[in-house]
Amino acid sequence: MNYFPDEVLEHVFDFITSHKDRNSVSLVCKSWYKIERYSRQRVFIGNCYSISPERLIARFPGLKSLTLKGKPHFADFNLVPHDWGGFVYPWIEALAKSRIGLEELRLKRMVVSDESLELLSKSFVNFKSLVLVSCEGFTTDGLAAIAANCRFLRELDLQENEVDDHRGHWLSCFPESCTSLISLNFACLRGEVNLGALERLVSRSPNLKSLRLNRAVPLDTLQKLLMRAPQLVDLGIGSYVHDPFSEAYNKLKIAIQRCKSIRSLSGFLEVALHCMSAIYPICGNLTFLNLSYAPGLHGNKLMKLIQHCRKLQRLWILDCIGDKGLGVVALTCKELQELRVFPSDPFEAGNAAVTEEGLVLVSAGCPKLNSLLYFCQQMTNAALITVAKNCPNFIRFRLCILDPIKPDPVTNQPLDEGFGAIVQSCKGLKRLSLSGLLTDQVFLYIGMYAEQLEMLSIAFAADSDKGMLYVLNGCKKLRKLEIRDCPFGDAALLEDVGKYETMRSLWMSSCEVTLGGCKSVAEKMPSLNVEIIDESEQMEFNLDDKQKVDKMYLYRTLVGHRKDAPEYVWIL
Amino acid sequence: MSSENGKRLLETDAGGLNFEATELTLGLPGEPRVTSDGGAKLGSKRGFSETVDLKLGDNNQEVKLGHSLQEAAKSPVSKTQVVGWPPVRGFARRGKKSCKYVKVAVDGAPYLRKVDLEIYNSYQQLLTSLEDMFSCFTIRNYLNEKKIDQVNGIEYMPTYEDKDGDWMLVGDVPWQLMKSSEAVGLGLKTAPKYSSTN
Repeated sequence: MNYFPDEVLEHVFDFITSHKDRNSVSLVCKSWYKIERYSRQRVFIGNCYSISPERLIARFPGLKSLTLKGKPHFADFNLVPHDWGGFVYPWIEALAKSRIGLEELRLKRMVVSDESLELLSKSFVNFKSLVLVSCEGFTTDGLAAIAANCRFLRELDLQENEVDDHRGHWLSCFPESCTSLISLNFACLRGEVNLGALERLVSRSPNLKSLRLNRAVPLDTLQKLLMRAPQLVDLGIGSYVHDPFSEAYNKLKIAIQRCKSIRSLSGFLEVALHCMSAIYPICGNLTFLNLSYAPGLHGNKLMKLIQHCRKLQRLWILDCIGDKGLGVVALTCKELQELRVFPSDPFEAGNAAVTEEGLVLVSAGCPKLNSLLYFCQQMTNAALITVAKNCPNFIRFRLCILDPIKPDPVTNQPLDEGFGAIVQSCKGLKRLSLSGLLTDQVFLYIGMYAEQLEMLSIAFAADSDKGMLYVLNGCKKLRKLEIRDCPFGDAALLEDVGKYETMRSLWMSSCEVTLGGCKSVAEKMPSLNVEIIDESEQMEFNLDDKQKVDKMYLYRTLVGHRKDAPEYVWIL
Repeated sequence: MSSENGKRLLETDAGGLNFEATELTLGLPGEPRVTSDGGAKLGSKRGFSETVDLKLGDNNQEVKLGHSLQEAAKSPVSKTQVVGWPPVRGFARRGKKSCKYVKVAVDGAPYLRKVDLEIYNSYQQLLTSLEDMFSCFTIRNYLNEKKIDQVNGIEYMPTYEDKDGDWMLVGDVPWQLMKSSEAVGLGLKTAPKYSSTN
């Protein structure tokens, strides 16, 4: 190790890109730690409260790209109050004051204010890429600042954010001199956009590869955009409604045929079924198709579209595709690796849903399947056992039965055996979400077989503390555990508090853990923040240790209690 | 669908809130609501009819379920709400965001139906669908092809109630316009005697 000069080692480390590997490299010895930290350009922080911006800046002066995640995953389902935390402003403020030449910022589940976007846009000369996923707190004014001030912007990617749309002219704020855009995604914006400005922007962006439009972009604008950007690789269509006999539609057909590079297609936020044939010419090359925002696309037209997509590797679809439709997928998409089936009507089970049959068909027809998110009416043990046999390569298996405690409808048994088969067969399983009627038994299986499991989501399951204990004892690689409405109490929580230091976080809501139990964890483990979230004002007046806790979120941290928690969050 | 069943439902209403009667189901009104296991209703409908009024972020409403779900199912009056279930992001942004349900009533039929105008692209599609739904009647095609009901020889005309409360004949206004702004409810009225048969 001492034979090579630092520059050589640095060059070697350039080839090591994964965060895990770089983290391992930095632990070898002091010299490697030093070389690694000066050469590190990309840092991933899975929990923004585990470290402070100051320490980040101190350790990695060469930082160019930062990824931050804020709220816990269950925030996606309204289980976390809006102002719980995850504010990005302090990070941007600290980075701006330092000499860090930030070029890329990727945020997930964070609160992003217009002020932070403005500060970001003015503080880093070489800023190139902003990716916001499931964030909130900003308006189109913040986007205008980014557009106006980031002279070398390459990527502005907004995925599923809650944006207050002021219908301002943020798109017009890109100066004429901005010609560097590679990726522009504003599909989640709900308001009008300046179509002329959009056309001009696309015209002067020869490197544009990814363009995802919102609902407000009509079909005739789409046609003009495609004529100007036939080099697109990824397209998100906004509105797709038009008269099939119109001039605009004919022009669109011609424009689409010129786009020979499109590999990824999404959107169809508004769709007219009779216009789908224009898309067929590009279907044969698609590797990713996302129709999960297109409830208007169903039935035979949907089938026909899918039948053209023989090279599909990832498919995101609504459950109105039905079991029959999934049969078509099974016959057509032999390269399929990832399938996500979303509920089109989550609160009213109807005919437009899928069952275990569809899943079995896909598992039989698509041997490369390794990632699944499946919202369905029902599931059987037999089906899961078959799926486990057909597809032993699952890395992600997330099953959501719409009725959370529904048993196997054929046998009336819990789904323990079915999920047990999945974990036993899929030795590489990293992420698992369970649903349906489940006893402690399924957790015994998980503890025994799910050796690579990193993330587990449990709801309305188990009979006793044993369930949680099986998991904590068995899953050595567990990083994130999120539990709601399960009968797990203090005995399970306190059995092995050291375990939580090996994990990123633990979420438990509507379980049986008490205030006393949580306090005990906090006392024994000063390296954890144990947060109690309770908006009901109960906590103020009733500090009885025996009281059950509504929501508990604990996570390891190097920087102690956070200072920005709202009043209904108690950090023990 | 006999009126007997319908009556029975109404009778149990008396004396208190009976949510069962107002629960959304797939069956036609009047159909008995029993599940395969006969007992506590843990079928898929239970979970949703309670979450129709989802309170976003209102954690005071959240009730611990799991085992208590069993109890809730036995006493239908205590409607529990399940915040955050199903775990799908986007507060139904994925779902039928633009759906326009209208009630359809047919003269002489004991019950109404609901259709979502959004899924049809033309009058023809709508009328075909209505014919399927009310297969015991036949509906005059708005393009003036006369159709006679086989059973009782009465012809039906598709009409709708517009926003002013007037009953209008289907077909005068372009499809998109009727769908988006005009239709409040659809009806199938018996044609006035002088225009029937032939």
